[in-house]
Amino acid sequence: METTSLIGTKNKKGQVITDVRHMMFEAPRTPSFYTGSEVIKEAIRRANVDVMIAYPITPQSEAAALIGELFAEGYIKEYFRGESEFAVMSQCAGAAFGGARVFTTTAGPGTMRAMENFPMWAGARLPIQMIVTCRGINSPLSIQPDTLEISYLIQTGMLVWHAETAQDFYDWILKGYMVSEEPDVHLPLALCCDGFFVTHTKDVVNLTPADMCLPPYDPYRSPVPCMDMECPPVRMMRDPFVMKSNYISYATHASWQQEVWAAVERSRKHTIAWLDGLIETENTDADILIVSSGTAVSQGREAIRLLADEGIRVGLVKIKTIRPWPWQEIREATKNAKHIIVPEFNVAGWLAREIKASIPDSDRVVAAPHVCGGMTMPPEIIVSEIKNVLGMRDHALAGRGS
Amino acid sequence: MSKERIKIAPEFFEIMPPEYQDLVNRATYGKEDRGWKDIGTAKELIEEHSLCAGCPESMAFRYILASLPNPEDTVMVGSTGCTSLVFPHVAVHNIHSLFGNQNAIASGLKRALTVRFPGRIKDVVVLAGDGATVDIGLDMTLQAWFRQEKFTTICFDNELYANTGGQESGLMQKGFVAKMAPVGKMFEKVRLPEIARESGCHYVVNCTVSKPSLVEKVIRNAVHVAREIGPTYLQLYTPCILEIGKNSMEGLQEMRDSEKPTERFAYKEYISEPAKQLLAEIAAKEKEKKAAAKEQLAAQQA
Ligand SMILES: Cc1ncc(C[n+]2csc(CCOP(=O)(O)OP(=O)(O)O)c2C)c(N)n1
Ligand code: SF4
Ligand SMILES: [Mg+2]
Repeated sequence: METTSLIGTKNKKGQVITDVRHMMFEAPRTPSFYTGSEVIKEAIRRANVDVMIAYPITPQSEAAALIGELFAEGYIKEYFRGESEFAVMSQCAGAAFGGARVFTTTAGPGTMRAMENFPMWAGARLPIQMIVTCRGINSPLSIQPDTLEISYLIQTGMLVWHAETAQDFYDWILKGYMVSEEPDVHLPLALCCDGFFVTHTKDVVNLTPADMCLPPYDPYRSPVPCMDMECPPVRMMRDPFVMKSNYISYATHASWQQEVWAAVERSRKHTIAWLDGLIETENTDADILIVSSGTAVSQGREAIRLLADEGIRVGLVKIKTIRPWPWQEIREATKNAKHIIVPEFNVAGWLAREIKASIPDSDRVVAAPHVCGGMTMPPEIIVSEIKNVLGMRDHALAGRGS
Repeated sequence: MSKERIKIAPEFFEIMPPEYQDLVNRATYGKEDRGWKDIGTAKELIEEHSLCAGCPESMAFRYILASLPNPEDTVMVGSTGCTSLVFPHVAVHNIHSLFGNQNAIASGLKRALTVRFPGRIKDVVVLAGDGATVDIGLDMTLQAWFRQEKFTTICFDNELYANTGGQESGLMQKGFVAKMAPVGKMFEKVRLPEIARESGCHYVVNCTVSKPSLVEKVIRNAVHVAREIGPTYLQLYTPCILEIGKNSMEGLQEMRDSEKPTERFAYKEYISEPAKQLLAEIAAKEKEKKAAAKEQLAAQQA
């Protein structure tokens, strides 16, 4: 069969469609001082996205509007504001069913409003990318950073990654499409970050050249037919099994769910190659480890520095992907640790629960500190937690009484 | 797609299911004057159905699929309900995703197809129940119309939630006693055709499916107008004979009774000015074509 490669050709904006490994790993990078929202825009400028559907909700509104500017400039082929997050996620599904590369962003209540769509996306094998700039979902209304919504996303069958920095965000948006669109994966990706901390702060981010972009999405590499009437519209089943109460119906549904989760597993090998592993570690021979994801990792790094000044050695595990869950990597990295501290930006401590379920001697896990509702996590409270575990007195905890 | 796409490699012809062989040999993809009259002589695009025996939805499905002007480049969008049991038997790409989100799916789909196939026709047709269209999905139904999305919305109005066992719906008649309306429905049947007109639909029809020729006409009009101008809406009475206590043979009579001039499904249509113009142009072209064919025939005979 004759195949034509698009690599080296130009798109309408004059960007060169580039081999993605070259673009991400070899091409020169330009340091730029940008907010997280601007970084999202710059990544999408290079992502060859067909359709973006937007809806305002803090803290992703700015990013969603900036993508609109890309549409106006011609970098994206279709863009509109939907009527609600539920509708937006269905509109994204429709566009993906029709063979488009689709991008959207949401946060907090938006994620929850749209929730019914996510297992549907996964079950329909739609490789949509959704940025989630996590914020509170509690009542009374809060717009502040809080990662509770991730705990709802992780059982949907979607890939769920948790970025720490704007640089992660930039690289992972582009790499995310590469993993999501692999024929043996072909699943949606929720690319999460901690709202405000990442979206609204400025950071130096190394950008790939603006005149290079990803190759376009090829819907005919999908493991399920694209709904565009360009391939035979065969009757896919003799009986619609959905409503039947019989063994074959149960078996069909069960095996499809298993296949979706198997596809999450199959994404590991691609993700490891693109992200250089599902976790990142430092000094895992230390007795004490901080294990976390998102900006809690950054706070952990600061705490490690403060403790080092006092002669206390603490190692670090940064978890990059929540789905697929790197349980083997975490097991390996924590095997020498006596105390595993899991700082989190949510009230439930879902990450600590996941870690506890993955390692032996799970009473080593200290599910703390937890901050939520927009509270910041000063490194000192991580330090306090660690000193507490070590039986040392610490000033920061003195106010709590005995 | 053309009929070429569904062709079977000769080596495999024998092992393909007979209904697929039939589809290749006798389906009406690409036939310009396709319509309800093909039923019985050509392969239908619906294989069989799993609705109740005599359910008028099954007639409606057959007429609609026979009448789509361009099935080889049409994608349909369904919703949960009795119709979702039928779609797996339909030889046109179709999407079921959730209950009530059909017009949102269709909005994204139509835009994606427009981006991917510039200059080519790709029709999108939504077909969903009244619960899906008017109750749980009303927001998305209307918003798609406000945005002037270029696809057709068909509502199979059986005036209740059939698939879940006959509960009250917004399109149910006032006073009807049903599950979840234990003392009778308290408010009037929602006037969606009027709302459709006010919401920007360019072609709106409210009727029953008792006459296949009428279904053919309104389907063709609705798809053509949606393709060229903007949203269109068809509200078709497909009574749920099971839940209103009728026998399998009584669906047709029920529709005939309900389409009398004073009844709620008396034929009603609204056509916007641009749509009128388009339909007149299409009619003129068809007339021209027929005249030319006649002339040619006469010349041949002479
Ligand atoms: C979110 C959600 N809520 C409720 C249901 C249950 N449900 C399935 S079909 C249906 C009613 C369908 O009614 P209608 O749209 O009128 O179609 P009909 O079956 O009458 O043809 C309902 C309530 C569902 N599947 N999903
Ligand atoms: S329940 Fe009613 S609408 Fe559904 S198939 Fe039976 S008769 Fe038709
Ligand atoms: Mg109904």
